[in-house]
Amino acid sequence: MTWKQMFTSSVGKKLTMGFTGIFLILFLIVHVGLNACIWAMDDGKMFNKAAAFMGDNVVPRILEIGLFAGIILHIVQGFMLESFNRKARGKVKYAVDFGNKGSKWYSRSMGLLGTLLLLFLIMHIAHFWVPSRITGLAEVSYDDKIYHNLFAEMKTVFTNQQYGLVIVILYVLGCLSLAYHLAHGFQSAFRTIGVSNKRYNKMITSLGYCFAIIVPLAFALMPISFYLGWV
Amino acid sequence: MEHYNMNLNLKVWRQKNSKTRGEFKMYRVENISSEMSFLEMFDVLNERLIAEGDEPIAFDHDCREGICGMCSMYINGKPHGPWQGNTTCQLHMRAFKDGDTIVVEPWRSNAFPVIKDLVVDRTAFDRIIQAGGYISVNTGNAVDGNALPINKDKADASFAAAMCIGCGACVAACKNSSAMLFLSAKVSHLALLPQGEPERNSRVLSMVAQMDKEGFGSCTNTGACEATCPKEISISYIAKLNQEYLCASLTAE
Repeated sequence: MTWKQMFTSSVGKKLTMGFTGIFLILFLIVHVGLNACIWAMDDGKMFNKAAAFMGDNVVPRILEIGLFAGIILHIVQGFMLESFNRKARGKVKYAVDFGNKGSKWYSRSMGLLGTLLLLFLIMHIAHFWVPSRITGLAEVSYDDKIYHNLFAEMKTVFTNQQYGLVIVILYVLGCLSLAYHLAHGFQSAFRTIGVSNKRYNKMITSLGYCFAIIVPLAFALMPISFYLGWV
Repeated sequence: MEHYNMNLNLKVWRQKNSKTRGEFKMYRVENISSEMSFLEMFDVLNERLIAEGDEPIAFDHDCREGICGMCSMYINGKPHGPWQGNTTCQLHMRAFKDGDTIVVEPWRSNAFPVIKDLVVDRTAFDRIIQAGGYISVNTGNAVDGNALPINKDKADASFAAAMCIGCGACVAACKNSSAMLFLSAKVSHLALLPQGEPERNSRVLSMVAQMDKEGFGSCTNTGACEATCPKEISISYIAKLNQEYLCASLTAE
């Protein structure tokens, strides 16, 4: 059996989705943890320093390449699976279809939720990653050292006179898509990579729901905090 | 339970063969006893159709005891109808009320093409079983049942998987037309027993490869299969299958 055969079978494709999904879940923990520094109430000093560490240190930079590879793989494989699965039903659909009774709507809508997340991600990358890595940002100095002022950039984006509210709403909707995507994706990823022990499954399902509520909620509170002037 | 008779409207999928396009036809059935099974109600209708010189409705059935897996109707939007953990042949007419309209369709999946009316070709499942759903032993005298000790929990889990009757309701219910619940039951049934051990790795790899050839979709763990399975096979067997596949494919040469 070749590696190609291993990852191109129907179960193999799902393994790719599961492993990249878990990698992205780990990334979310780092991302939400670092971003929580905006609530240090020091006008963004801790946050800007943390962002600079992530941008300058070699380890996060290497991981960033893995992150982009993981996201692209997850997206491409996800779209391919979705289109393949849609075709598997055949041309004639059911006239009455309650066959999905017993499954949650968000578990059946991972393709849609993922697409919404992709749209959100494009906006999000354009807002922060592109200025931070490519086009440049305003600078600020702490202890005689120059840092990118990413905190100020967040403030500018989320408190924009014209579009601030729209952007904040779009971010909250993005977080809502993330919440539902995770509500199914978290536990599904572990099932896909073969966790079949009932005791662990119970724990992973509960952990998955907690994660799917707490992390997107924390993310959603960030633009809201800027918009309402809490930070 | 009180007995009653009912008159029903049936909207049934009629299709001459796999090449022609099918369509729904309406039938009126009268004086149907609440004690009848769903298939007996179809027998009554077919008797009448034959007497009137019409083509009877083709449907699959065999044991009519809920254990062979032949019956396969998609009734009012659910495989095997409204009752939980139940096959079409064990669905009784007391599940319906006088005046109901019942929509009956065949399983819909690329891998299960319609042969005629409500009959679909489920030989894809046979080919998956032929790819590895067996153990290879030289037959001879029956071995002493106590000669091979088996952990009780594993024997029970294996038996729960072996309950799968291969009816295809999981494929019919799944939005992806995935056969993973069926396959996982067949793989787990043997993987949990010492008799299945020698061919454990090759079995899962061959059966997954065959499943992919047949054109079933990929599992997304929605749980619709588990909810509709007449034998209530647990979705945790799918995780078990994934585990078997991962271990086998990592160690395969």
